[in-house]
Amino acid sequence: MKHLLTTQGLSKDDAILLLDTSAQMAATQSRENKKLPTLRGRTVVNLFYEDSTRTRISFETAAKRLSADVINFSAKGSSVSKGESLKDTALTLHAMGADAVVVRHSASGAAHQLAHAGWLDAGVLNAGDGMHQHPTQALLDAFTIRRHLVGNVGDDGRGPDSSVGADLAGLRIAIVGDVLHSRVARSNVYLLHTLGAEVTLVAPPTLVPVGVETWPCRVSYHLDETLEQWQPDAVMMLRVQRERMSGGSGAFFPSPMEYSRKFGFDARRLAVLPDHAIVMHPGPMNRGLEISAAAADHPRSVIVEQVANGVAVRMAALYLLLAGDDSTGSTSSNTGSTSTDERIAL
Amino acid sequence: MNPGSRMPESSAPPSPASGTVPSAAPSATSSPASSAAPSRDPGTAARTVLGEADIARALTRIAHEIVERNKGAADLLLLGIPTRGVQLAHRLAERLAQIEPTFSGEYGTLDVTMYRDDLRRQPTRAVGQTVLPGSLDGTIDDKVVVLVDDVLFSGRTIRAALDALNDLGRPRVVQLAALVDRGHRELPIRADYVGKNLPTSRSERVRVRLADVDGGADSVVISEVASAGVSTGSTGDASTASTGESEATL
Repeated sequence: MKHLLTTQGLSKDDAILLLDTSAQMAATQSRENKKLPTLRGRTVVNLFYEDSTRTRISFETAAKRLSADVINFSAKGSSVSKGESLKDTALTLHAMGADAVVVRHSASGAAHQLAHAGWLDAGVLNAGDGMHQHPTQALLDAFTIRRHLVGNVGDDGRGPDSSVGADLAGLRIAIVGDVLHSRVARSNVYLLHTLGAEVTLVAPPTLVPVGVETWPCRVSYHLDETLEQWQPDAVMMLRVQRERMSGGSGAFFPSPMEYSRKFGFDARRLAVLPDHAIVMHPGPMNRGLEISAAAADHPRSVIVEQVANGVAVRMAALYLLLAGDDSTGSTSSNTGSTSTDERIAL
Repeated sequence: MNPGSRMPESSAPPSPASGTVPSAAPSATSSPASSAAPSRDPGTAARTVLGEADIARALTRIAHEIVERNKGAADLLLLGIPTRGVQLAHRLAERLAQIEPTFSGEYGTLDVTMYRDDLRRQPTRAVGQTVLPGSLDGTIDDKVVVLVDDVLFSGRTIRAALDALNDLGRPRVVQLAALVDRGHRELPIRADYVGKNLPTSRSERVRVRLADVDGGADSVVISEVASAGVSTGSTGDASTASTGESEATL
């Protein structure tokens, strides 16, 4: 793996390797000394063109726990506000010797462009590009689901995780809310499908994107019906992205109150679910809009654990992208007999 | 609970080829102590230097040595290094429990992947599991830790293991048990308990085969490796983990 740009096309083996590695990383995070020396001397740049709290801090924590050097770059207060292009920023990062670039950008495809335009030879991790993909979020969601529903870690999430190596075959996951603007939904649909789960998207028709029929999932416009009849094992609530709803496109639903009544998750809807079901939200939450405080703080809610798992998943992604041999044999051929021997030995 | 069994085994290890390296006659004759008569597979340069009974005897002796050296088994903690070190730790723990009724029979595994010094020279390796016995409550402070590995070679795995231990706590003593010591150390590290000292040439490969990991009978096999250059192919596919993991020679 050189880049992690999208969950679409990620093979099942790679996905399970990422989840298994995450499980080992998570195990190290309950120790007193959480830091590993694995990526010492590597530089990870957090290149954030969009506001973010948890994703940036999560990547920064993950990189630091693996002993990598972290450079945070946010568009605000940088040369970007003077008009520097993505290309020139990338060339600057290249000149500074970045080994991996974690990029968040408001334009769909920005991460792909950065990875494949030849500006950089660093590994690129997509931390969210427009309304396209957010692969580490989907991986941490899948990891959380696997721990709880396959690994049976218990309500507090602290039991031994017996799910290593497993997929999510047969699990039913409902993704509810603003699918149209959600890169989290897109990444999750493909990843969860790859891992064998069934996915149903639930949203008002105005918040379902054109072309959804090509996605490997079902679509419903009725939350209550889906919860009662389909009995999902996990319900993933999406944030209503009001910042993307302004402008010429107008309103997507008549009023927040009506949205909340028809698509908001609350204690009443939670009671309809099977006893083992979990409630998820990628954050940040609009309490009272897509999720009620009672549901968000309920024991079946794993929202805080998702954040903790995010660090482990991002450690795994950074490890798998950065730890291995980054040359293609050119440097190893001239390092002498010792290295040859070692390669045999190891 | 064997983390090693999940690891992708190398699909195409460099095939043992006779050829450019002259057959290592000195080392072949310098280990006559084994009761398993050295046998050669026709067609390849592989020979078995330890058989099932030899391995069992060596482990029993090591178990006795551990108890003798530490004057009992108090605070003793066996930690196997994946893949085959874990199985060996398991077998040693069984023997120790027979010798010393006070010993719990528990053992742990210590994955050293993230502490290796050669991560950047290798295709990405899968990270294994580190499991401490539940009774320890997650700490190894003041324990007598015996690291268990199958083959002691350059010493680099053990260096990584010492770093990994350091992050888990502060043991009172760390000792090392290896089924085979094949020499060619690159670091100032030695084993406290050795099943068999095996003089080898660098061009040879020592493989430990254990019934519960590899199937078949337990054995230690030496084979010739095609010399330099062939193995550089291992850098090809960075997404597959642990080329040569099944060889476990370090």
